Amino acid sequence: MKKKWLCSLLVVMLLAFTLAACGGGEDKDADSDAGADTDQVAADGDVSGKTFAIVAKNTGNPYADKENQGFEDAIAEAGATSIVRAPEQPTAEGQIQIIEELIAQGVDSLTIVGNDVDALQPVLEKAMDAGISVSSADSGVNPDSRQVFVNQAGTTEIGVALTDAVLDLTGGEGQFAILSATSQATNQNAWIDAIKELLESDSKYANLELVKTAYGDDLRDKSVSETEALLQSYPDLKVIVAPTTVGIAAAGKVFTDKNLAGKVELTGLGLPSEMAEYIDNGVCKYMFLWNPIDVGYLAGQTAIALASGTITGAAGDQFSAGRLGDYEVVSAADGGTEVILGAPFKFDTSNIAEWKSVY
Amino acid sequence: MANQRTNVELDRLALDQKFNARKFFLKWEWLLVVILLAILGVNISASGGSFLGPQFFGSTNNFMDKSFLVLSMTFVIILGEIDISVGSTVALSSVLMAVAYNAGLPMGASLVLCLLVGTLCGFINGVIATKFKELPTMIITLATMIIYRGIANILLEDRAAGGFPDWFQNISWGTVGPVPYSLIAFLVFAVVFGIVLHKTRFGRELYAGGNNRIASLFSRVKVDRNLLIAFTLNGVMAGVCALFLTSRMTSTRPNVASGYELEAIAMVVLAGVPAIGGKGNISGVILSVFIIGYLRYGLGLFNVTAPVMSIIIGLLLVGSVLISNFFLNREKKLKVR
Repeated sequence: MKKKWLCSLLVVMLLAFTLAACGGGEDKDADSDAGADTDQVAADGDVSGKTFAIVAKNTGNPYADKENQGFEDAIAEAGATSIVRAPEQPTAEGQIQIIEELIAQGVDSLTIVGNDVDALQPVLEKAMDAGISVSSADSGVNPDSRQVFVNQAGTTEIGVALTDAVLDLTGGEGQFAILSATSQATNQNAWIDAIKELLESDSKYANLELVKTAYGDDLRDKSVSETEALLQSYPDLKVIVAPTTVGIAAAGKVFTDKNLAGKVELTGLGLPSEMAEYIDNGVCKYMFLWNPIDVGYLAGQTAIALASGTITGAAGDQFSAGRLGDYEVVSAADGGTEVILGAPFKFDTSNIAEWKSVY
Repeated sequence: MANQRTNVELDRLALDQKFNARKFFLKWEWLLVVILLAILGVNISASGGSFLGPQFFGSTNNFMDKSFLVLSMTFVIILGEIDISVGSTVALSSVLMAVAYNAGLPMGASLVLCLLVGTLCGFINGVIATKFKELPTMIITLATMIIYRGIANILLEDRAAGGFPDWFQNISWGTVGPVPYSLIAFLVFAVVFGIVLHKTRFGRELYAGGNNRIASLFSRVKVDRNLLIAFTLNGVMAGVCALFLTSRMTSTRPNVASGYELEAIAMVVLAGVPAIGGKGNISGVILSVFIIGYLRYGLGLFNVTAPVMSIIIGLLLVGSVLISNFFLNREKKLKVR
C-alpha cells in the first residue's frame, strides 16, 4: 500500500512539474501576444515589442554561445524580445522542428545559423510565407531560403588582412608561400585570388614574392608534409600564410618541432583554441579569425533592420548597425545578398588567453 | 526467472478476459490518455487557442517520421529484444537513395531502393540474431549501428546530397485538408500493426516468445522465424521513416536521424511495454507517440531549451516505468509467506 501512495504521489508530481514547466512560460507568451498588437501602431524603425529568434547549430557550443550573446545584445538595445534556440544535435531536422515551433509562436524575425544549405528551404519558405523576416548568419542557407545572409568574412577584407600581415612579418620584402585547403575550396580560393590581386595592383606589396600555393587538403598529415616540402624547396622563405584552420595548426606543429620561431613566420586564419600554443611559443606572432560576438551582434542588427522595414534584403539597402557602424547589403557569390561583417579579428599574445577557451 | 510466466498461466490470463470494470480502468492506457489530455490542454492555452486550428495536425509533422519506427520497435521489444541500429538504418537508406538518384536512377526506383535498403539492414540484424544466439541483440545492433552509419559516412563523407524533384517534397509537406500525409500514413500503419499484433497467430506468438522463450519453443512456436520477421519489419519501417525524413529536408546527409533509435525506444517504454517483453499493446504505443511528440512541441512553444526538454521527457519516462512496475503490476508479484 505504501508503494501505491508513493507512486500516486509521483504521478501527481510529474503532472504538476510538466504543467509548471509549461505554465512558467505562459506570462512571457502573453507578453508577446500584447507585443503583436502594438506591431500595428509601431512606427517605421521601432521594433520594441517584436520578437526576434535565432536558431544556432547546437547546444553546448562555446562559439555559438558567444554569437548568441552578441545577437541578444543587439536585440536588447532595440528594446525587443529575443529567443535563442538550438537543437541538441547539429542536425537540420532538429532545426526544422524548432523553426516550426517559432512559426507557430508567431515570432517576427528569424535568424538561422544553418546546419545544412538546402535542407531548411521548405520550412524557411513557410516562415517567409507566414510574414516572418528570415536571415541567416555565419553558416548560410541557400538564396531561396533567406532574405539576406550575414557573412562573417568579406573576401577582400581577409585578403587585405593577410597580405598586410605578410608585409609586416617579412619587413616589406621577400618570399612567402600559401598553405591552403583543397584546390577546390571556394572560400580559400577566393581569399588567395584576393591576395594575388593585391600583390599586382598595389605598389606597396611590390617587393613581396608569392613562390607557391600548396594544398594540404585540410588534412593534418598532408598539411604537415606540404609545410615541410615548402621549407625545403624555398630556403629563403620568410612567411607561410595558411588561410585554413587545419593548415595553420599543422604548420604551427612543424615550426615548433623544427624550432623555427623567429626564422620563418606563420600567419593565417586559425582557431584560438588550436593556435594558443603556437602563439604563446612565438611560432605565430598573430593570426586572424572573426569575432563571434560581432557576428551575432550584426545578425541581430540585420534582423532588426529587416523586421522594421529599413531594408528588404535587396543589394544596395543601407542600415545602421549600432556600435558596429553603417552597413550595406551587397550581392553574394551564391546569387543572393549578404551583409559583410568587415575585417577579421586579430589574435595575438595579448588576447589569445581570453579566447582560447571560447572556440 | 521470476518474471517468466508459464504458458498455463498465459492461457489462464486469456480465459480471464471477461469484462472487469476495476481492472479495465486501472489499465496503463488510461493514465496515458490523462497525460495526453493534460498536454493538449496546456498546448491549447499556450498557443492562445490557435493550437486547435491547423496546427493541431500540422505539428504532428515534427514527430511523424520517427513514429513509424515505434510501431515495429514495439514488436521487437515485446519479444524481449532490442534494436538500436534503426537510426543508422534510416541514415543509410536515405543516403543511398540520394546517391542512387544523383547517379541517374529514376526517382520512383530510388524510393523503392530506399525501402529495400532498410529491409535488408533489418534482415541482416535478424539473421545475425537468430544464427548467433549467444550474442545479445543489444550488442549485435550496436555493431550494425556503427557499420550502417559508417557506410553512409563513406558514401557522402560530410557532404549533403539532394536535388530531388519538387514533387518528392510533397510526401512529407503535403496535406489532405489540414491533415499531413505522414499522419494518415502513420495511422494506417498503426491499424495494420495493431491487427497483426492483437488479432493474428503471429502476434500471439510474439507475446509468447517474449514471456517464455523456452516454453514457446516446446509449444512449437517458431521463435527464430518470428525474431527474424520482427527485425526485418523494423528495417522496413526504418526505410519508411527515411522516405518521410528525406522528403521533409529535401536533402540528406550521413548524420540524419541520429538518436532516433533512443526516441523510438523511449516511446515504446512509455507505452507500457517492459524491456523484458511479453506485454503491451498498440493503443498505448499510439498514445505515447502523441504524448512525447506533443509534449516536445508544447515545450518548444515555451522556448524551453533542448537540455531542459530532455530532462522533462526523461522524468516522464522514469516516472512511467516506476508506476508501471510498482503500481499497476503489483498483483502479479509472488507472495512470500
